[in-house]
Amino acid sequence: MKPAAKSKKSTAAASANSTELLPERELRRIIDSVLRLAKSTGAEETEVHVDEVANALTRFANNAIHQNVAEHGLTVSIRTVADGRTARATTNRIDEDSLRAAIEASLSLAHSQPKNPRLLPMPAKQRYRGVSRFIKPTAALSAEDRARTVRRACDLAVKNSQVAAGIYSNGQSQSALGNSRGLFAAYRETRAEFSITIQEGPAASWAKANSADVRAFNPQKLAMRASEKAHLAVNARELAPGPYTVILEPAAVLDLVGFLFYDFAATALEDKRSCLNDRMGKQLFGKNITITDDAYHLLQQGAPFDGEGLPRQKVVLVDRGIPRNLVYSRAAAKAASKKSTGHGFALPNEYGEAPMNLVFAGGDSSVEKMVASTERGLLVTRLWYIREVDPYEKVMTGMTRDGLFLVEKGQVTGAVRNFRFNQSLIEMLNNVELMGAAVRATGEEAFEMVVPAMKVRNFHFSEVTKF
Amino acid sequence: MWDLCTNALDTAKLRGATYADVRVMHLRQRDLTTKNGRVGTLSQSESIGLGIRVLANGAWGFASTDRLTRDGVAACSAQAVSIAKASALAKRSEVVMAQENAYVDSWQSPFRKDPFEIPLETQLALLLAADAEMRRVKGVTLTETDMQFRKIDSWFASSIGSRIHQRKVISGCGIAATSFQGEEIQKRSYPNSFGGQHALQGYELVDSLDLIRNAPVIAEEAAALHGAAQCPEKIGTLILGGAQLGLQIHESIGHPIELDRVLGQEANFAGTSFLTLDQLNNLKYASSIVNVVADARLDHGQGLGTFAYDDEGVPAQCTDIIKDGQFRGYLSNRETAHLVGLDRSSGTMRTESWNRLPIIRMTNVSLLPGTWDYDDLIADTHDGILMETNRSWSIDDRRYQFQFSTEIGWEIKGGKKVRMLKNPSYSGITTEFWNSCDAICKLGYWTLWGTPNCGKGQPMQTMGTGHGASPARFRNVRIGTAFSNQ
Repeated sequence: MKPAAKSKKSTAAASANSTELLPERELRRIIDSVLRLAKSTGAEETEVHVDEVANALTRFANNAIHQNVAEHGLTVSIRTVADGRTARATTNRIDEDSLRAAIEASLSLAHSQPKNPRLLPMPAKQRYRGVSRFIKPTAALSAEDRARTVRRACDLAVKNSQVAAGIYSNGQSQSALGNSRGLFAAYRETRAEFSITIQEGPAASWAKANSADVRAFNPQKLAMRASEKAHLAVNARELAPGPYTVILEPAAVLDLVGFLFYDFAATALEDKRSCLNDRMGKQLFGKNITITDDAYHLLQQGAPFDGEGLPRQKVVLVDRGIPRNLVYSRAAAKAASKKSTGHGFALPNEYGEAPMNLVFAGGDSSVEKMVASTERGLLVTRLWYIREVDPYEKVMTGMTRDGLFLVEKGQVTGAVRNFRFNQSLIEMLNNVELMGAAVRATGEEAFEMVVPAMKVRNFHFSEVTKF
Repeated sequence: MWDLCTNALDTAKLRGATYADVRVMHLRQRDLTTKNGRVGTLSQSESIGLGIRVLANGAWGFASTDRLTRDGVAACSAQAVSIAKASALAKRSEVVMAQENAYVDSWQSPFRKDPFEIPLETQLALLLAADAEMRRVKGVTLTETDMQFRKIDSWFASSIGSRIHQRKVISGCGIAATSFQGEEIQKRSYPNSFGGQHALQGYELVDSLDLIRNAPVIAEEAAALHGAAQCPEKIGTLILGGAQLGLQIHESIGHPIELDRVLGQEANFAGTSFLTLDQLNNLKYASSIVNVVADARLDHGQGLGTFAYDDEGVPAQCTDIIKDGQFRGYLSNRETAHLVGLDRSSGTMRTESWNRLPIIRMTNVSLLPGTWDYDDLIADTHDGILMETNRSWSIDDRRYQFQFSTEIGWEIKGGKKVRMLKNPSYSGITTEFWNSCDAICKLGYWTLWGTPNCGKGQPMQTMGTGHGASPARFRNVRIGTAFSNQ
């Protein structure tokens, strides 16, 4: 097998402590190689995605690092079109023989199926709005840097007779997309994340942040916050389940409302599996709820183009409680006589599209003000294991986790045992009394979004667990 | 591949590793889906790379690469050692592992029909035919079908001298019909929800499912659910179908017995476990008719948790988890086995791919068959609800309190299924629930179900696990709570 696409320099570039991404021109060279090879195999159209990641993650538990990993990978994904049919083959071998084999596999898959009447010609060259999300200090963070930061957090836990567990990660990734009609798009970004759970006996609390810029959060401050809340969480008392006023911190809001994202896909409505079927244009949520999909928001991450290379558009999904707009892939847009919004997934797929950069409009309150305004309620740090019970009423179930606190007469008065909830998101977004400023939130159930803390009345807790 | 492994191990040793194991893995996958009579996804992929785990200065490091040249592998190995030395900056004790022997072996999972050799046209024609059968039913608004096939080769080598090659062939297939009417979405799936049945088998798995005959059955049920009575809210008798019981085992037995959770190593993400070390051999986990094993051996069946060796080079084993209702065992690896004083790992280290660190995972965690005929179980139930096919699942981070809902329920009165129920759900506390089990169906009703989507670890890894189960009955269960506020 002869090497076709990877330069000798880049192949030898891996050092013991860091992995540099290939320069953009190398990605373009791989794409050009595939397009050239595909032309000679009978593909009428060809699209090539090249994705490269270099990630590292340090994991700690029981106040020590117990797992510590790094990965580098590059994949080439090829979609060919022949006689109104399309299919995809992906490989991480980028010698010429392997790329040719992937092209042939893609064509063979394509030929095996009936014609697709909805298949559109590939898009031509596009113009993209620039975003800057590659931060060198994030990419440069070393295993030693992460270990020293983790050590400080663990030492704090030890000092407070507590036990810390969590992760500190950083990574860089890039994507390039090109097709045989001249489209080319490229994007790179960095990511850093710190998450910590601190246990004090049976009690626990948690804090987490992530950003393109490792300097945007302070791991030790997150550790201190988790430590203080874990101490507050001891001696949890059991309360009866039922409806409560809740103050949801941003991570708790995110992990709930994150389940709404696919409902705004035009394809989901066409398939009649969206909670917005028969509800567009109606007052579905409270008038204080406005939701936008905005890939260019300063607190968002991700590429400014979709899986077919269309530029992402900013879309107002919900305006003052009324669902106004959906997002569209090219095929869904054509079926609905609309314009693509640049939210399509890579083809072929059955799901169409989705908004991936949700931004909720916030308010002028804060968690502290919400607590002060509450006669009796619960402060929720985080939610866990959220699943959809009813797809049309959007009833979600899940548990509270890592810090549930009773609020009485405007003050936090103690810890409470964790509850299970069964709550309609539609009902919840009609019961929002106060909102804080929208922030970049990160949880464990949904991808990161920009959401505010919320004070919500009549939130349904159905059962209590044993801790 | 062995040269790459040797190169990695030699470099690790030279750089100061006191132990190392390396996996070269080649993964091939084919995915086919249809939706509403049209092809949806049609793709195949391959990925090959190397991951090396090392102990240096008494701490762990792991690195992976797809640069399978001599230089690329050496750099990856050196990076793993460098990371391990960084880990040692924040260690509290030296890692020690339970004793294990070296093995030189080669193993392939048995299959009759290689799914990658079956023409795509044949596979798609079957899915499109099943799709058409579902769309023929009035009221069905969305039809979906899927097949997924994987072939995984792994070459494992360790510094204690093991050299193990394994090849696994995995197949999965399922169909689903959805009906939107009024203000309600109802769905039925076959043979299980979330992608159907998955097993360590070839295309013979697909052949065994008889999709065409079952497609109209689930389609009619999906449409009929709109007119069914709402599942009542009450404390009562519950019978679970085998597929739903498989997921119940997964969530309320399989995860809490993972020793990394028990020891706090997953506290930040997956959570911990109520099965603290003092519970072993002391806790009455379940009623005396309940026997659960974790069995990775081929003798147990061709499940997603079947293999010859785990990804730490430990042979597949059968471990008693619950014996006559008593809690008897954990899932362990070499490190956690040593930490709790066990002589040997139970062989449950598994990795999703070459770029992921092996972690403790379920193998086939199965409820052993009981003594009941299914018809006798129904006839013996005066007043109960039968629930089948999972719709949602949720459990707290210590695995006490759970809630499940299923796609369909059946009211049982006077020993007979009398009517369909919609939106069924049940909930409870793990040990209370398992102690209420009073009947389990016999071997003829037992299936080794596959759960292909178990997420754990940071970075997240998705793993397939097996769960043998036959229908079983539980008393005094909280039923219907999920919909009580609607």
